[in-house]
Formats: sequence, structure tokens, C-alpha cells
Amino acid sequence: MMENMSENRKNIFTRGLIKENAVFVMLLGLCPVLGTTTSAINGLGMGIATLFVLVLSNLVVSLAKSIIPDKVRIPAYIVIIASFVTIIQLLMQAYTPGLYDALGIFIPLIVVNCLILGRAEAFASKNSLFDSLLDGLGMGLGFTFALTLLGAIREILGSLSIFGFSFAPGDGMLVFVLAPGGFLGLGYIISVMNRITKKKLK
Amino acid sequence: MDYVLIIISAIFVNNIVLAKFLGVCPFMGVSTRLSTAVGMTGAVTFVMVIATVFTYLIQNYVLVPYGIEFMQTITFILVIASLVQLVEIVLKKVSPPLYQALGIFLPLITTNCAVLGVAILAVGNRDFGLMESVVFAAANAVGFGLALATFAGLREHMELADIPAGMKGIPIAFVTAGLLALAFMGFSGIA
Repeated sequence: MMENMSENRKNIFTRGLIKENAVFVMLLGLCPVLGTTTSAINGLGMGIATLFVLVLSNLVVSLAKSIIPDKVRIPAYIVIIASFVTIIQLLMQAYTPGLYDALGIFIPLIVVNCLILGRAEAFASKNSLFDSLLDGLGMGLGFTFALTLLGAIREILGSLSIFGFSFAPGDGMLVFVLAPGGFLGLGYIISVMNRITKKKLK
Repeated sequence: MDYVLIIISAIFVNNIVLAKFLGVCPFMGVSTRLSTAVGMTGAVTFVMVIATVFTYLIQNYVLVPYGIEFMQTITFILVIASLVQLVEIVLKKVSPPLYQALGIFLPLITTNCAVLGVAILAVGNRDFGLMESVVFAAANAVGFGLALATFAGLREHMELADIPAGMKGIPIAFVTAGLLALAFMGFSGIA
């Protein structure tokens, strides 16, 4: 019984990383994925900001699930999420002003990231505090991984550097830093991910 | 500000979906058929314009005078969420056919980042008065509709195309969107 439960917990944490990855598999929260991944650093920063909001909103929703009336639960979740978004917005403005400017409008838009509201509704409102924490961490890390990967690929191809360190002289394929590169990059990553996950099933 | 400039820039040059990456979820989600794309665009236009008017007034007559601009995110999302509810109720009573057409899309709009995004962009631009903000919102809605309709048309044709197995479904949709975004980049420089 005890072993079964820890096995279950491990599953809650790990499924968000690859198997049910928010971006590559469930296609949630695509706007920040495409909009902020012009470089690996920006992608990582956005991922961490989202992770922060997701974990804390999952915790609070799980704590408050018995006192929120069923009919107004969605507005209540939105207020909880918006409060944490405001907190991270002010923190980033104070401590990482460069990143704050680079991410721009996508920081307040964390509030409408369907991943966060989706986890609050589908998981945190029905599960215990610790499970919700694990779920938030797993999903958030999976999201961060996706953003960093796409950001790194676009940075390598687009500006011949990685995490800001240039590894080759000259200009890269600029199109990958611009808008079309986001769509193209994500399309090919999803195709490769599909291939890998399908092989595993066989 | 020149209205023509705002309109051209919002529809073509800085297209909300293909250049600014706002509203990508409905762009991917409801663009498999042309008819649903049109319905979604109608609902978005409706809510986007009304939401921009309300958020503009709230920003300039409540948040700024009292020095509580940091409450912007919470206030705006609540305004949009309640507006969506309100529009749904009013539409149901006043125009049942329109409600029938747009009804299923309305709940999805609360979490459509295009609406909140346009509201934030409109109040963030110091040159914009109320009239400019309304024009900006309407033009962005048209841009959203244009991207959605074009993409839906492409996807309808793609059902007949012979696509490599590994690219079927979502991956090819993203690549198509990338090519569409590339085409829209041709507009940059005209405004």
C-alpha cells in the first residue's frame, strides 16, 4: 500500500516532464512558448516565472478547495492566479529589470496561461496539498524545459550562440529569431517528440 | 495618431497572431474549419472592443488617479471575465441567433490572451486616447480574424494533401503557420 502510494506520487511528478508535457503533448499555453523563446535565457526566465505562479496557485487552490463555493470557483482561481502574477511581476521588475523588459507583455499574460488555470481546475481542486505541489512542480518543470529547449534551438540557429555565449562568428539564420522561426521550431520539435514517445510505446 | 496607420499596422505589419504571438491557442484550436473560425472571430471582436473601452476607462479614471497601477493585471482580468459573462447573458436575451452562433466560443475567450494582451497594449501606449484604443482593438480583432480565416482555409485543403507520417496533424499545422508568418513579414516596412 505504502509502496503503491509513493509510486503514484512519483508518477504525479514525472508525468508532466515528458509524457504529459504541457507544451509538446497537451499544447497548452502556446502564446508565451512562441513569444518569449527568442533566446534560451528568455525561455528559461519565462519558464521559471510560470513555474513559480503554477506551484503557488496549485498550493493555494488545494488549500482553499473546501471553502470556495463551486459556482464561483473559476473567478476565484483567476483572482488567486492574478495575485501571484502581480507578485512575480513586481519581483522581476525590481530584481531582473533586463529580463522584465525582454519578456514584456507576456509577464502579465501568465494570468491567462491555460496551463495554470487548467491544473487548478483539473488537479489542485481535487487533490491533497502535497500532491498538488508535486503536480505543479512537475508540470512547471516540463513547461520550463520546453521553453528552454525551443529558446536554445532558436538561439543556436538564429544568432549562433547559446545562453548568450557566441560560439561561431557571423550572423545566423535570422528567421529563427523572428516570428516564423517560433512556429517552425515548435512544429519540428513536436514531430520529433511524437516519434520518440511512439517508439517507447512499442 | 493617424487612424489609417493604426489599422494597417495592427492588421498586417504587427499581426496579433503571426507577429505578436497573442491568441495562438484559439488559432491552433478552432481553425480546423472555416465556419468555426468565423464564429470565433465574431466573439473575439465583440469582447475585445468592449473590454478595451472598459479597461481604458478604468486605467485612466481609477488606477492612475489613485496610484494603484500595480493592480492592473488583477483588475483587467476580472473586468474581462465579468464582461464575457455579461455579453453572454445580454446576447442570449437580445439576439438568440447571434448567441447560437457565438455562444460556445464565449467561455473560451476569458483565457484568450489576445483580449487581455490588446487591453494592456492599448493602455500602455501613451499616444492612444479612447478613440485610438477602440480603433486599435477593432483592427487587431480584424487581424486575428484574417489570420484565423487564412489558416483555416489552408488547413481544410491540407486534409487532402499527402503529408509524411511523422508530420501529420499538429506538426504540419505549426510549419504551415510558420510559412504564413513568413508571408506576413513581407508587410513589414509599409507602415
